[in-house]
Amino acid sequence: MYLRWFHKLSSPPYFYRLASILSPWLSGLSIALIAAGTYGGLVLAPPDYLQGDGFRMIYVHVPSAYLGMMAYVVMAMAAAVGFIWRIKLAHAVAVSAAPLGASFTLLGLVTGAIWGKPMWGTFWQWSDARLVFFLMLFFLYMGYLALRGVTEDRDKADRLSAVLAVVGVINIPIIHYSVEWWTTLHQGPTITRLDGPSITMDMLVPLLVMIAGFSFFFVWLLFVRLRGEILVREQKSRWAQELMQRSRV
Amino acid sequence: MKDFIQVLTRDLKVALRRWSELCNPLIFFLIVASLFPLAISPEASDLKRVGTGVLWISALLSSLLALDGLFRDDAEDGSMEQLILSPVPLTIVITAKMLAHWLITGLPLVVIAPVVALSYYMPLDTLTTLILALVLATPTLSVLGAIGAALTVGLRRGGPIVGLLVLPLTGPVLIFGTRATDLAVQGESAAGPLYLLGALLALAIALGPLATSAAIRVSLE
Repeated sequence: MYLRWFHKLSSPPYFYRLASILSPWLSGLSIALIAAGTYGGLVLAPPDYLQGDGFRMIYVHVPSAYLGMMAYVVMAMAAAVGFIWRIKLAHAVAVSAAPLGASFTLLGLVTGAIWGKPMWGTFWQWSDARLVFFLMLFFLYMGYLALRGVTEDRDKADRLSAVLAVVGVINIPIIHYSVEWWTTLHQGPTITRLDGPSITMDMLVPLLVMIAGFSFFFVWLLFVRLRGEILVREQKSRWAQELMQRSRV
Repeated sequence: MKDFIQVLTRDLKVALRRWSELCNPLIFFLIVASLFPLAISPEASDLKRVGTGVLWISALLSSLLALDGLFRDDAEDGSMEQLILSPVPLTIVITAKMLAHWLITGLPLVVIAPVVALSYYMPLDTLTTLILALVLATPTLSVLGAIGAALTVGLRRGGPIVGLLVLPLTGPVLIFGTRATDLAVQGESAAGPLYLLGALLALAIALGPLATSAAIRVSLE
């Protein structure tokens, strides 16, 4: 049963239609959640006793940094699925996720620098391992996109970049555990701890709402890019041509 | 094992017959290392402070230089395709080629690095740590480089982007390598970072050939 559904899911026309149906829901959900999270974070959450109102940067910084890494995992997993089972749609997912992940990573770096200046007294700190490896993550995205850029044959580009994406996954656990391995400026984990989060509920709930909102935002954008990517890849097939004909009228 | 040694000796023979290409990375390493004092400052105190970093960056860059030839010649004259088609597992062939590449480009670096280190006024008793760290780190760099070379071997314009693909992955090697040498310079035990370098090497040897042979297969079809 599930296998058949999965098989159906990997068919481009079916997925294209599914993405078209889901997109409005995703956009609505992400806008609502981000709006609620923004209100909760900027108005409802109490000021931090140490950082005052400055801590509110967390509501942009943490979700974008989280998605910068999450997008890489999505990309690498899709690339691996595409490489192993030769599912073209999976490659399309990986390609569509890469620029989004790179953007979120850049956003995470920039918001981190803006937050860092008043709190740590510096935009950038080379001795902080998480910063350095997060920058490396950005470079990995750039390398992935560059490799695709110079490979002319799309099928080859798909599979070569898939190998690179999977190799680069090693960076993700390094970033995740860097705050525990090297204790520097970055604080340790605050949400996923065995003894419960070390952050008060008033601050945590808007953050979680924000993370959920950013995640839906990511999936929404992913679907938008994916629909374009599928159409480009399927431009010779009949269903795509019929669709283009209809939308032209 | 027999196939492994055969590929290894063949690659070494081919490399030894091209002396000029063999020397390139080494000379590049020396040039980069000797340009740093001109760019920073020739003062002994300054050089002592940046010495380890300079060594590691020079080693990294010169290991990149030799990558293009790792698979390209074999790919262009068709012998790589024969190796893919042969019944010998491709990972064994690839591992032999990596080892050959390290013996040709990595090992001379390990030998010459202490001389450069001395010219940077690094204390004599830290050299063993430096050599150990380089022995553990340069094979990892070779493996990472081989992945990059395999990804770009089929591309016409691939050469220049190898650095873009490989360098972001070298972060951990660089961190632990410099940490080991720094600890030695401060007169402390460098065992921790050395163990971690060894762990990275084990990881690279275990998984690198798989990724490289997958990339080679795609590149050459």
